[in-house]
Amino acid sequence: MFGGYTLTVAINIGIYIILAISLNVITGYAGQISLGHAAFWGIGAYCSALLATKAGLPFWVVLPLTIALTTLIGSLLAIPCLRVREDFLAITTIGINFVVQAVFLYVPFFGGAMGIGGIQAPFGMSSFFWITWGFVLLCVVLDRWLVRSWIGLALESIREDETAAAISGIDVVKFKVLAFAIGSGLAGLAGHLYAYFMTFISADDFGFPQSIVILSMIVFGGIGTLRGPVLGAIILGLAPELFRPIMEYRTLIYGALLIFMMRFQPGGILGEESLILRTFRGVRQRA
Amino acid sequence: MVYGVLRILHIAHAGIYALGAYIGLLAFRFVPNFWFSLVVAMAACSLAGILVKRYLYMPLLTLPRIVPLIASIGLFIAMEEIFRIVAGPYVLSFPADPGLGSLQLGIVKITNNQLLVFLVTCILLAVLWFIMSKTKLGLAMKATSQDLEIASVMGIDTERIIAANFLIGSAMAGAAGVLVGVYFNSVYPTMGSIPAYKALAIIVLGGLGSIPGTVLGGLLIGVGETLLLGMTDIPFPRDALAFIIMILILMFRPYGLLGKE
Repeated sequence: MFGGYTLTVAINIGIYIILAISLNVITGYAGQISLGHAAFWGIGAYCSALLATKAGLPFWVVLPLTIALTTLIGSLLAIPCLRVREDFLAITTIGINFVVQAVFLYVPFFGGAMGIGGIQAPFGMSSFFWITWGFVLLCVVLDRWLVRSWIGLALESIREDETAAAISGIDVVKFKVLAFAIGSGLAGLAGHLYAYFMTFISADDFGFPQSIVILSMIVFGGIGTLRGPVLGAIILGLAPELFRPIMEYRTLIYGALLIFMMRFQPGGILGEESLILRTFRGVRQRA
Repeated sequence: MVYGVLRILHIAHAGIYALGAYIGLLAFRFVPNFWFSLVVAMAACSLAGILVKRYLYMPLLTLPRIVPLIASIGLFIAMEEIFRIVAGPYVLSFPADPGLGSLQLGIVKITNNQLLVFLVTCILLAVLWFIMSKTKLGLAMKATSQDLEIASVMGIDTERIIAANFLIGSAMAGAAGVLVGVYFNSVYPTMGSIPAYKALAIIVLGGLGSIPGTVLGGLLIGVGETLLLGMTDIPFPRDALAFIIMILILMFRPYGLLGKE
């Protein structure tokens, strides 16, 4: 249907959307700033890679195992995060990212600096495209359901005021762990897709800069909404491709984009108070 | 220190540190004198710090904390790229000789550069201590960092105090950039990235905004990671070890070593 290049970009963006949605559960809904989301993504990718190459399991068997494992590891890593708040939490998650990356890079079991290669997807590029976007759709539906359910309500109340939420009878610890579990489970899904898509992974793919990219996506689009992270992932996923002719200045433009967005549209492009939404509402009211 | 007043995780501070190294090198190429380049770098960095505070952080103060954080990261990325594009991606050498001989203390030989770093650090710390504890400016800074609103009610021009705070903090970062550049005889675009995260680990460990805590945290991380690296055979790079130490300590002291709730 599409050329190979378009497919590659589309699959990449699909994976980024899943990542953005997953981080949005932790940071957007539950308000727990995570600067180490790439760690969970990496854990998912490494789980899949190991299960696929060392245990020789097929794609659809690896998938639930990976999601279960990352959910479990995500909840375990959430425990140190429960002790700390706000900026301390942000730094702790950076720390988790660095430690997880170091484990991948220096423990021989995880392939060390050579990474893990030879992960074979059982189908071609265009089926991979449909599978990826099928999962994207699934995540969007799941996200909708989550926000409307009382889990979403509980998470948002924790974000707004933790003490008040606790007084209202919400088990803050339970819901925070739940947010981390859901977020890292979805990140594990993204990691699974990434590992099969790239067929080769190494620790460098899941470093701290990647965490920043994912966080930028949700802040860029509008944190705490569903449309925001999706749009942010599409725009920031496309940006490197669009700016390819001016390769030299790509990262510079990326940084400048972040600064100007934060300075003039701090709620994100499609956040509650954004220019676009306000204009749109104004037009609708007048009509 | 910058954190103490505005409560912003100032990642771009490491960008200012790298800027200091580059400006210092530039000045050194015109006038080959170490002290001259140090002063020029500190001046340029304080200017940069004030501009960042004035045009980037002040308008974002009332917004959720994540907004200035992302802006700061964006600025840091952009600065690294500007250094790369303007000065090239390669390592530049910084062959400054401050004109101090090397010192022989028994069996320990302290080289020229080590002596220099030690000397300048002592001078800067002394100046910082003097400003913070002996002048009205220092008192006003402490008041502002404790409670911005009450301080301004008491007649302190908090706007100017915050500016002064950024000025001093950025000048220090610039000096650090020059010192590191001279000590390792190298200046390169990404020299700020490791300090960016490690400095955060250190201030978190000490308790955000507490200056004695920061010194303690720095010592602990420095000694701890070196000991772990030397004594055990965990095959990790030292930065990961630094973060492991930090996470472990935060488990028992969630507000840092000397931090208050």
